[in-house]
Amino acid sequence: MLERALTGSQRYYRWLMFLLVFVGMGFAAYLYQLSNGLTVTGMSRDVSWGFYIAQFTFFVGVAASAVMVVLPYYLHNVKVFGRITILGEFLAVASVTICLLFIIVDLGKPMRLMNVLLYPTPNSILFWDMIVLNGYLFLNIVIGWNVLEAERKGVHYPSWVKPLIYTSIPWAVSIHTVTAFLYAGLPGRHYWLTAIMAARFLASAFASGPSLLILLAFIVKKYSKFDPGKEAIDKLSQIVTYAMLISIFFVGLEFFTAFYSNIPSHKHALQYLFVGLEGHGKLVPFMWAFVILAIAAVALLLNPKTRNDEKTLKIACVCVFFSMWLEKGLGLVVAGFIPNPFDQVREYAPSIPELTIAFGVWATGMLVLTILYKVAVSVKEEVA
Amino acid sequence: MKMYNAKQIIPGLIIFLGLITFPLWYNMGKAAPVPQPKLDTPAIQKLAQKQCVLPAAQMRTEHMQILNDWRTQVVRFDKRVYVAPDGKEYNMSLQNECMKCHSNKTQFCDACHNYAGLKLNSTPYCWTCHIAPKENK
Amino acid sequence: MESNRRSFLKVSGICALGLGALPVADALAKAALPNFLANPKELAGKKWAMVVDMKKCWEKSEKGCHDCINACHVFHNVPDIGTVKEEVKWIWQEHYENTFPGQTNEFNVENIKDKPFMNLCNHCTNPPCVRVCPTKATFKRADGIVMMDYHRCIGCRFCMAGCPYGSRSFNFRDPRPYIKTELNPTFPTRERGVVEKCNFCAERLAEGLMPSCVESCKNGALAFGDLEDPKSTVRKLLASHYTIVRKPELGTGPNVYYII
Repeated sequence: MLERALTGSQRYYRWLMFLLVFVGMGFAAYLYQLSNGLTVTGMSRDVSWGFYIAQFTFFVGVAASAVMVVLPYYLHNVKVFGRITILGEFLAVASVTICLLFIIVDLGKPMRLMNVLLYPTPNSILFWDMIVLNGYLFLNIVIGWNVLEAERKGVHYPSWVKPLIYTSIPWAVSIHTVTAFLYAGLPGRHYWLTAIMAARFLASAFASGPSLLILLAFIVKKYSKFDPGKEAIDKLSQIVTYAMLISIFFVGLEFFTAFYSNIPSHKHALQYLFVGLEGHGKLVPFMWAFVILAIAAVALLLNPKTRNDEKTLKIACVCVFFSMWLEKGLGLVVAGFIPNPFDQVREYAPSIPELTIAFGVWATGMLVLTILYKVAVSVKEEVA
Repeated sequence: MKMYNAKQIIPGLIIFLGLITFPLWYNMGKAAPVPQPKLDTPAIQKLAQKQCVLPAAQMRTEHMQILNDWRTQVVRFDKRVYVAPDGKEYNMSLQNECMKCHSNKTQFCDACHNYAGLKLNSTPYCWTCHIAPKENK
Repeated sequence: MESNRRSFLKVSGICALGLGALPVADALAKAALPNFLANPKELAGKKWAMVVDMKKCWEKSEKGCHDCINACHVFHNVPDIGTVKEEVKWIWQEHYENTFPGQTNEFNVENIKDKPFMNLCNHCTNPPCVRVCPTKATFKRADGIVMMDYHRCIGCRFCMAGCPYGSRSFNFRDPRPYIKTELNPTFPTRERGVVEKCNFCAERLAEGLMPSCVESCKNGALAFGDLEDPKSTVRKLLASHYTIVRKPELGTGPNVYYII
């Protein structure tokens, strides 16, 4: 089936070349980082995780795109999702690829990566995260590929795929939970030390993943003969609406606990993010952008008129995606380190090489996504 | 038997074979002389019985494994004394034991490692952390 | 013929597996391993701890001297990177409000304002850094020392996020050019990409020596000993003084105590 990725229009090739340029630039920047060390990034002794790990965390969420179509389709018999489960699964594959790449570029000694397998350490959450992420990647590739192949041949997919599909549903929950546990179990990082961290991750994942999926479905519809279907997009937009509301509610809960209890250490990170702390407030504009985008998204999604209108739904989905990106892919990880263990504010901003590498990783993910979607859409067009 | 696409496949195979055997014919006739690691350091000359921790042949083939085992014992289990098969005891330390005798890193370690194509300071990367003894070059 | 190919693949698969398992059999056969012993001179302890008497520390000068820092950093080849961003430190000074955040009131801060407090790894009883490390590159020894295996560290920096005391430093760049003092040839340096921290001088204890910071302090402000031994100096100091530890509420069980 993969050969379908090799034949395409000129526009398709131009897009691949465009992505490859970024992949190449990112790779070059990575070689630079590899020979000079992480000193080329903006990370410091105090903010020891930065843009890479924040992006990793956000894209674990985007990978939820798969479960949000697979679960209704297989467990609740929501037939309209039948046509697009493959899009959800392949988006999950691309996002998990992005996640794994962001972990690798963040390592100080990437050549020793396999030590995680050579010396398995069950008390480390990172060990479990490695298992659940790779497992999820494997599940979605195998399921997506086999179901698509069966569709092409006009037969039912092999029976052994079914248990994998059912496994993939709780497995999706596990990737968000385990990733949240990376943060939520650390003493002394008050912003992360919250019991609803895993719940927040799930809620924001179910907003950001499906919102990107809606946008991709529109793109697929525009550039191919395959139509994911209006009903599917309607259903997805409802899911995004609920998930977005719950996400915002959860962020509000953090505010209540921190400010009503009035415990300084619990307030600091939130103060740093939204109003600045001790004169430092690099992230303040970004966090207010999050607030504005989130409000705009909710306003557009709650109103059935704007939710059902293609144009405004697109805007709403862009708002959801970027608001969650700002909250999770920027604020959450960095603010966990501020103030540092000595109650000092040491700020962080990503460097140019760091951003170039990040662009390279995104482009790699998009390349994987493009190729997989090309295969899927070609098959869908043939079958139709 | 008919071969399909032979026009593409056979030249492709030839190019492929040429490429993977490139290191062989590129280096043909350029063999480097077999290194003779120097053992005559002042510390070794003073030894009555010139023997390392284990017989030389064993050291030659197993030193990497031995060093790794020593490392594990010292760092992880706090066992710092090695009892050789002949009953002699050694302090398990690259810097404080091995290099006391073999104080000529460039002529002892590097001679073979370079010959074997192990790029200096990458594989084996002992000397990015461990400090080599000062040598009069 | 189809089934023949199948069975051939199966047999060859099993053979490959057998060959792959050979090293395991070899390793098991090597039961009579040579002996590895602890250094007989080693100072043995069950739970190493340190008591820092800040009053003695300040006796010499209000700003405190740097004897312990210099001794430690020279001995362990700790680099001086020269920036706050990438600073590497094993033992260093902080103000009271930074060492004990949340335990301040405006008056006690006034009394001990500008006075330095010594900070180092607490060698916690329940170390979060050990809990989070995905490779066991940082681990707790039976004598309580939280140790690092620099050969195994992958540089993920999870331990730095886990440590609530900021005791861990990452080698953002090659540290060698930044070791301004003469290299100590008996101790290694670190390399780019690994995390490092105080090791309670495990290598000196093995030789029967006290940690270099303790040995270098002319005022005897640093006491080191075994908490499990009721006759140790640390136990005597803890019995006769009011002491505090950093962030006790986190349940890490720090083993560096402060007399103020």
